[in-house]
Amino acid sequence: MRSDILFIILGMGIVTYIPRMLPLTVFHRIHLPPFWRGVLRNVPYATLGALIIPGMFLIQDDLWFGILGFVSAVFASWLGANVMIVVFVSVLVLTVYTFI
Amino acid sequence: MFHHGVKSGVAIAIGYAPVALTFGLLAKSTGLSIVETTLMSMIVFAGAAQYISLNLISLGTGTFEIIVTTFILNIRHFLMSASLNEKAERDALWKKALYAFGITDETFSVAAMKEGTVSASYMFGLIFISYSSWVVNSAIGHVVGAYLPENVQLSLSVALYAMFVGLLVPAVKTERKALWLAVCSGAINCMLLLWLHVPKGWAIVIATIMSSMFIQWIVEKGKETTYAQ
Repeated sequence: MRSDILFIILGMGIVTYIPRMLPLTVFHRIHLPPFWRGVLRNVPYATLGALIIPGMFLIQDDLWFGILGFVSAVFASWLGANVMIVVFVSVLVLTVYTFI
Repeated sequence: MFHHGVKSGVAIAIGYAPVALTFGLLAKSTGLSIVETTLMSMIVFAGAAQYISLNLISLGTGTFEIIVTTFILNIRHFLMSASLNEKAERDALWKKALYAFGITDETFSVAAMKEGTVSASYMFGLIFISYSSWVVNSAIGHVVGAYLPENVQLSLSVALYAMFVGLLVPAVKTERKALWLAVCSGAINCMLLLWLHVPKGWAIVIATIMSSMFIQWIVEKGKETTYAQ
């Protein structure tokens, strides 16, 4: 193991852990005003939006790849499929699509 | 509760497999040994940052720049941790400090969409299976390379995105606000990434905060007018 690589890995580990750890351990007794509590409750949906758009449509240069994956995932989960099935359907549809 | 966590983590574990396999393969081609590759996955546990670090290592970028880039990319987990804290049960501090290590885009999304509160044992289960998949598949990727047929590999790249959609849609069906939050955040993210060329890590943070605040402001304003009438 080279020491420079080890330093990179350790440094990356530390700067990744600190933002993950601080709010859960330090903020736990801070009482936020209602507005900010509301904002934090909104965060999961907003995060999902930013994770999906535009990333999902830029996986491939072919825009249709992402669109097809998105539409099949929305379709499957709208019908009530659980997350596993949604992933399976989406991967299956795109496997067929890349074959043809 | 641990097994509930494991169960809801299966989709993540499957989604991580191709991403980690590819990481292992790329790490090998970048010149990292199998120990270095596996150690990075064990200690950092952050997909995008690890991919980018390989790129930077191969370009001969300095240690400091790589660490700063990682920090910028992963600052979004601060926001996720703060949000998760709102629904976290009052567990021992050391337990929360321990599961905080396993907060990724994916584990956060699954935990945040879970009904009710989130306990440490649930988080341990969720992270155990996701983390195992990430670490083991990184090592496998380094050893065997990509044996999956190319078109299957290609279509698997959609897996984690499909999971995000699968988490969001049920929420959108029950609460219209979820749709507005996601669409608004996605639109801001597009603008920041594609037009203003903001680094990806910051773009997600800014888009999430702006959307969450804007929609909350509208909701509270709506309440005020209702009370006024």
